[in-house]
Amino acid sequence: MKIAIKNGHVIDPANGIDAQQDLFIAEGKVVALGQPPTGFSADETIDARQQIVCPGFVDLRAHLREPGEEHKGTIASETRAAARGGITTLCCPPNTHPIIDTPAVAELVQRHAETAGHARVAPLGALTQKLEGSAITEMHALKMAGCVGMSNAMQPVGNTLVLRRAMEYAATYNITVFIHAEDAALANNGCVHEGAVGSRLGLLGIPTAAETVAVAATLALVEETGAQVHFSMVSSQRALQKISRARYDGLPVSCDVSAHHLHLTEIDLLGFNSLCHVRPPLRTQRDMEGLRKGVADGQIAAICSDHQPHEADAKLAPFGATEPGISALETLLPLSLRLVDHGIFSMTQMVSSLTHQPATILGIKAGRLSIGDLADICIFDPERYWTLDHHSMVSRGHNTPFFNWEMKGEVTRTLLGGKTVYER
Amino acid sequence: MKKRNRLQLDEQGRLKHFLTIEGLNRQLLIDILDTAESLTSISEQSIKKVPLLRGKTIVNLFFEASTRTRTTFELAAKRLSADVLNINIQASATAKGETLLDTLRNLEAMHCDMFVVRHADSGAAHFIAQHAAPHISVINAGDGQHAHPTQAMLDMFTIRREKGEFHRLTVAIVGDIRHSRVARSQIHALSMLGVEDIRIIAPKTLIPTEPDAFGVHVFHDLREGLRDVDVVIMLRLQKERMRGASLPSEHEYFQRYGLTEAKLELAKPDVTVMHPGPINRGVEIDSEVADGPRSVILQQVSHGIAVRMAIMAMAMQQRPPETAEGERR
Repeated sequence: MKIAIKNGHVIDPANGIDAQQDLFIAEGKVVALGQPPTGFSADETIDARQQIVCPGFVDLRAHLREPGEEHKGTIASETRAAARGGITTLCCPPNTHPIIDTPAVAELVQRHAETAGHARVAPLGALTQKLEGSAITEMHALKMAGCVGMSNAMQPVGNTLVLRRAMEYAATYNITVFIHAEDAALANNGCVHEGAVGSRLGLLGIPTAAETVAVAATLALVEETGAQVHFSMVSSQRALQKISRARYDGLPVSCDVSAHHLHLTEIDLLGFNSLCHVRPPLRTQRDMEGLRKGVADGQIAAICSDHQPHEADAKLAPFGATEPGISALETLLPLSLRLVDHGIFSMTQMVSSLTHQPATILGIKAGRLSIGDLADICIFDPERYWTLDHHSMVSRGHNTPFFNWEMKGEVTRTLLGGKTVYER
Repeated sequence: MKKRNRLQLDEQGRLKHFLTIEGLNRQLLIDILDTAESLTSISEQSIKKVPLLRGKTIVNLFFEASTRTRTTFELAAKRLSADVLNINIQASATAKGETLLDTLRNLEAMHCDMFVVRHADSGAAHFIAQHAAPHISVINAGDGQHAHPTQAMLDMFTIRREKGEFHRLTVAIVGDIRHSRVARSQIHALSMLGVEDIRIIAPKTLIPTEPDAFGVHVFHDLREGLRDVDVVIMLRLQKERMRGASLPSEHEYFQRYGLTEAKLELAKPDVTVMHPGPINRGVEIDSEVADGPRSVILQQVSHGIAVRMAIMAMAMQQRPPETAEGERR
């Protein structure tokens, strides 16, 4: 199968390409840019006039719910939603049931993704057995089974000695440790940012210090162990400052932010809007602006979806009793594009933070369109307006606060290894 | 703000649900106080009933233990001639795994007209109001640490009876403000009714985050905070709400923040002492003060019945005849 994508504006920041060019695919791989290889005769020609052609997006954090919580979503249903969002590689945290703490579960997740065929899934293995924070996992075996990093998901490793040993062990095999920075004692089972809004609503707060204390402790252990650490979903300006400072000092650390933390603040909780119940919590306007600046100046390497699909009942309860999370795969691109429209960063920077930068963190060959690379490609119309609604949503989870937002920029086609997996 | 307004008021701006003081307006609060005033006489009659809510069914839906609040709501409903159903959910359906929404649907199917709700989760009354059938009114009888608006209104009623008006008053609230739904509702009501100097007095561990958002003056020293106050409201030290290490001991708390006759000397001579109850004698308040001449703690309880009658009647669009349009004072 030979495909020609013609007249599109190709943005491939990894290779410094930002120009109108034709792109040619054969046998699932990129074979040429600009001029076709000699004797190339396309079986299919895609007209990408007025559209952006870029590497398929790499999402550093998406909960797929399988195995164990198939009533919320399955690998098949959620990777199909990913394809609609232009995402071709998803990194899923290990907090499934059973937990991804053995090679068997890691392989099962990848096999189910391959069978479904909508997107690639790169699992994170558990940092500690059963995520209990007491004994480390067989990290080498998990890496061999396809895990792209280790993480203790939402459960902080309370024992700093265990965390230190886990980081040392991971460093032995050049495994990146993904940290959700939250000090459990300070978080104190809170459900919102500890600030003016939470105080008014009488909801238990998670102070900024819950994040900064965990970041500071982890950074101290990075100094000690030299482990490569990636902080998932930074939520406060202060935590970002600490991470940026550590990067300046040369520590091997990076971080990402979720798209919703770049658009929502604690104010959006007024009226007890459980669709905005997320973890880490939405913080202040100042935090949101700090995070936007971090994305613009490159201190935050990637924008992730933090996709967490839920069944309707999970959000139908008093605020504190609802489950946190947003079904977010289908809004990752338009929410990121909105930042381009706001002048926060350029289109090229946006594509970088959705493609090769997250791919680099995962250490995988993705997020770029070099000759010989797998043809994982997203084609989108940056000017097209659309509205998200229940009817058109592909994900099994319809829990999003972005219904009825006017979105600008829509994926028109997604290719996975040269095969069209989504077409509008 | 607008959204909450819509939830609590109907298109004509009349009370539909009573969930929080926030989003209401001064005139409506005055209306509630006036209506309650006209209903107080009923409790003193030999036949303590008016037929305002005859034929209506009111459900007291209590997910949290309560004696005073539930009893006064029950009495208030009965004096309005409504049928009352008391449901104590702790030992009931949700314990068997039924969701709040399922409980609600079942009660709706029994053709009830009003839910009086107490729940341990902040926002529970909002949630029920959002999901209840359109003909049902919801009254918040306390949700988590968020609001307890009927308590606040009976406190306002008591203050108005004692002081006549709200302007120029200095009111101090002392104690565990951080965890108190009563304090939150009182602060909103006091400020909506025009009290300019609202003080909260507590150690830093019991002051809510960002108190400036509430428009209050913060004091950490009881003596300093009590200077020249007209009304002092003592809060119960809610031990069951304490998470973590907020206070070293009851003893030190009483030494620093317990209200005694000696400390009360710093307030205005005609100071009024209030407490939403139940009181912990010797923890936040000395018996001498609680039972003393400046205490109106028991009056608060009996005012609770008239105020709750007024709120229930107004939420069901009923008014006592003597407060018909144009005749309210």
